[in-house]
Amino acid sequence: MLKIENLQARIEEKEILKGINLDIKPGEVHAIMGPNGSGKSTLASVLAGREAYEVTGGSADFLGKDLLEMAPEDRAKEGLFLAFQYPVEIPGVSTTNFIKTAVNEKRKYQGLEPLDAAQFLKTMKEKMQLVQINQSLLSRSLNEGFSGGEKKRNEIFQMAMLEPKLAILDETDSGLDIDALRIVANGVNQLRSKDNAFLVVTHYQRLLDYIVPDFVHVLYNGKIVRSGTKELALELEEKGYDFIKAELEAATV
Amino acid sequence: MPEEHEDILEQVTTSEYKYGFVTAIEADEAPRGLSEDTVRFISAKKNEPEWLLEHRLKSFRQWLNMEEPQWPNVTYPKIDFQDIIYYSAPKQKIAPKSLDEIDPELRKTFEKLGISLDEQKRISGVAVDAVMDSISVATTFKDELSKVGVIFCSMSEAVQEHPELVKKYLGSVVPATDNYFSALNAAVFSDGSFCYIPKGVRCPMELSTYFRINAANTGQFERTLIVAEEGSYVSYLEGCTAPQRDENQLHAAVVELVAMEKAEIKYSTVQNWYPGDKEGKGGIYNFVTKRGICAGSHAKISWTQVETGSSVTWKYPSVILKGDYSIGEFYSVAVTNNYQQADTGTKMVHLGKNTRSRIVSKGISAGKSQNSYRGLVSVSKNADNARNFSQCDSMLLGDKCGAHTFPYIEVKNNTAIVEHEATTSKIGEDQIFYCNQRGMDTETAVALIINGFAKEVMNQLPMEFAVEAQKLLAISLEGSVG
Ligand SMILES: Nc1ncnc2c1ncn2[C@@H]1O[C@H](COP(=O)(O)OP(=O)(O)OP(=O)(O)O)[C@@H](O)[C@H]1O
Ligand SMILES: [Mg+2]
Repeated sequence: MLKIENLQARIEEKEILKGINLDIKPGEVHAIMGPNGSGKSTLASVLAGREAYEVTGGSADFLGKDLLEMAPEDRAKEGLFLAFQYPVEIPGVSTTNFIKTAVNEKRKYQGLEPLDAAQFLKTMKEKMQLVQINQSLLSRSLNEGFSGGEKKRNEIFQMAMLEPKLAILDETDSGLDIDALRIVANGVNQLRSKDNAFLVVTHYQRLLDYIVPDFVHVLYNGKIVRSGTKELALELEEKGYDFIKAELEAATV
Repeated sequence: MPEEHEDILEQVTTSEYKYGFVTAIEADEAPRGLSEDTVRFISAKKNEPEWLLEHRLKSFRQWLNMEEPQWPNVTYPKIDFQDIIYYSAPKQKIAPKSLDEIDPELRKTFEKLGISLDEQKRISGVAVDAVMDSISVATTFKDELSKVGVIFCSMSEAVQEHPELVKKYLGSVVPATDNYFSALNAAVFSDGSFCYIPKGVRCPMELSTYFRINAANTGQFERTLIVAEEGSYVSYLEGCTAPQRDENQLHAAVVELVAMEKAEIKYSTVQNWYPGDKEGKGGIYNFVTKRGICAGSHAKISWTQVETGSSVTWKYPSVILKGDYSIGEFYSVAVTNNYQQADTGTKMVHLGKNTRSRIVSKGISAGKSQNSYRGLVSVSKNADNARNFSQCDSMLLGDKCGAHTFPYIEVKNNTAIVEHEATTSKIGEDQIFYCNQRGMDTETAVALIINGFAKEVMNQLPMEFAVEAQKLLAISLEGSVG
């Protein structure tokens, strides 16, 4: 589904991604962990096509297409979804209206008729149950005045509405209370299928108890320095990143 | 902001005007230039009574001694008032006695603008007066309205059919001497709409006037008068467009509203005069005086305007709150792009006790345009417990444009509470990226964000027009995104 090779990117002259390799197949869940500032959100942004980041090398193939050549909106319409670490607020635009616009833009791209109000409402009701988000939140301006947890839940709700092929969740778990974490994880698990895939960025092994990953990668200083199964996350939880740093330093000396 | 992002905004804000066509129709015109003869010519064309000609001539003489205002935050070359044609009427082969007899060319013109003069095809619940250049070409649903006693006709017709009403109210809210352009208008006004809502009547449909400038080198000087008697209600909407021309054209209108005790007038404008091209060439000079008076207690006047057109706009729809407990409202969205300049706002003049006013102004500037809000809230000595709340928000698209706020407050009664809030914002790169990531292209994203910004005002528009106005906002800022 997504094959990244030697991906390098910088922002304002600063090298951040220094050669990322990643191969995600349909049906898989990959987790990315790593210390603050290691480049996790940068990777997510580069994949989603944020212009501020300049790709300086490498390639990314998404469903047989050159991802890096596509406009951000086309990447989205091809099925790439990013749940933002910091979702933005848009005053005056109701969440419902925003999502409806997004859904219909995607349908237009797929050559489908826009959903009418009744159809849209029906889909919305279904998905609302999935992530247990309530109606009153959705009629408010997008993310405006939402609590941290509400914003995250709204991201997952949008994901459910847009049914992406590949969803990148950037620290969707941080800021969620214990119940919300379970609900969100539950939602993700219900959306999992053999045809879609997830790339989950997290700091906490706890999320991975709920969303069980097939692979866990450690991103450190712009590179994936370690890959393993879910046991790797447990090891990190126990030992912190120091042991990896120590290993790396030993190797370079 | 990163450079690419600037480029996108620049492209998005490069718009095309969709109403720039010209109708090929012969016109009956006054000779170019302005003198007492011009005034007499217009009055004679309209077969006006002597008192009205006198009123025009008096106004003209006053105008000669007045100075063009310099205080607005706009610049334009000096207008040559002798180089304008003051009267131009599309020639119809026969004088139409009913809507079916309207010249097909005129009918087509309005159809192209999305205004059907065919009552059957018209969106239900809206009566239209269609004005081209100096005259009204059709008014729909007159019969239906007259059944409840509502008079809705062109100003010329009102002068003939209801002279006593016109004489009583014309110039009663905006006297000829009020300002330079109102004096000019009083001298040479040609047509416009007249509405009269009798006591206790809730007007059964929206009334609307559609103004179209067609002929070259002409000025449009329309005059609108709405009188709402005690306990009545009317919602009125005006729209306007003009062909795309290289030279500037002057539009100097006067609108007067009179609301008696417990009456309510809701006046909405969707102003889309030709704004000039991307280099700032051409476009309409829109110098307009609009004012309403809440003459009785508990009267209410509400102005809503969506201003996207004109190269220069100078306009302050105001309310004189004379009756106790009367209410004035002003809701405005003004969009300026390319080289457009707008200096617009309102005046809320609190004279009666317990009067309230509310001002919500949303300015959106793009390109190299300048957008100013200018507002006055005045509370007189006797206006106990007056309340005003003003909210002025500006949004800048790009960094070559300007937004300015000039709020004036004059309070002479210490029981007054006057509040003013102002904000300036930009569309964030992160907001656009967020929308992009949800599958929206940048153009769609900007339109969405802008409409969100303007929502409080857009919500005030009559339902039938809200969607159109929303599209207009998007169109005014649209372009091809590469
Ligand atoms: N606009 C920018 N200008 C300069 N440096 C930047 C910019 N944006 C990000 N960076 C830097 O890039 C590095 C990687 O940031 P990124 O947000 O990808 O980290 P992260 O792994 O997601 O961290 P966290 O766990 O804290 O979310 C950081 O050092 C950050 O300061
Ligand atoms: Mg991050």
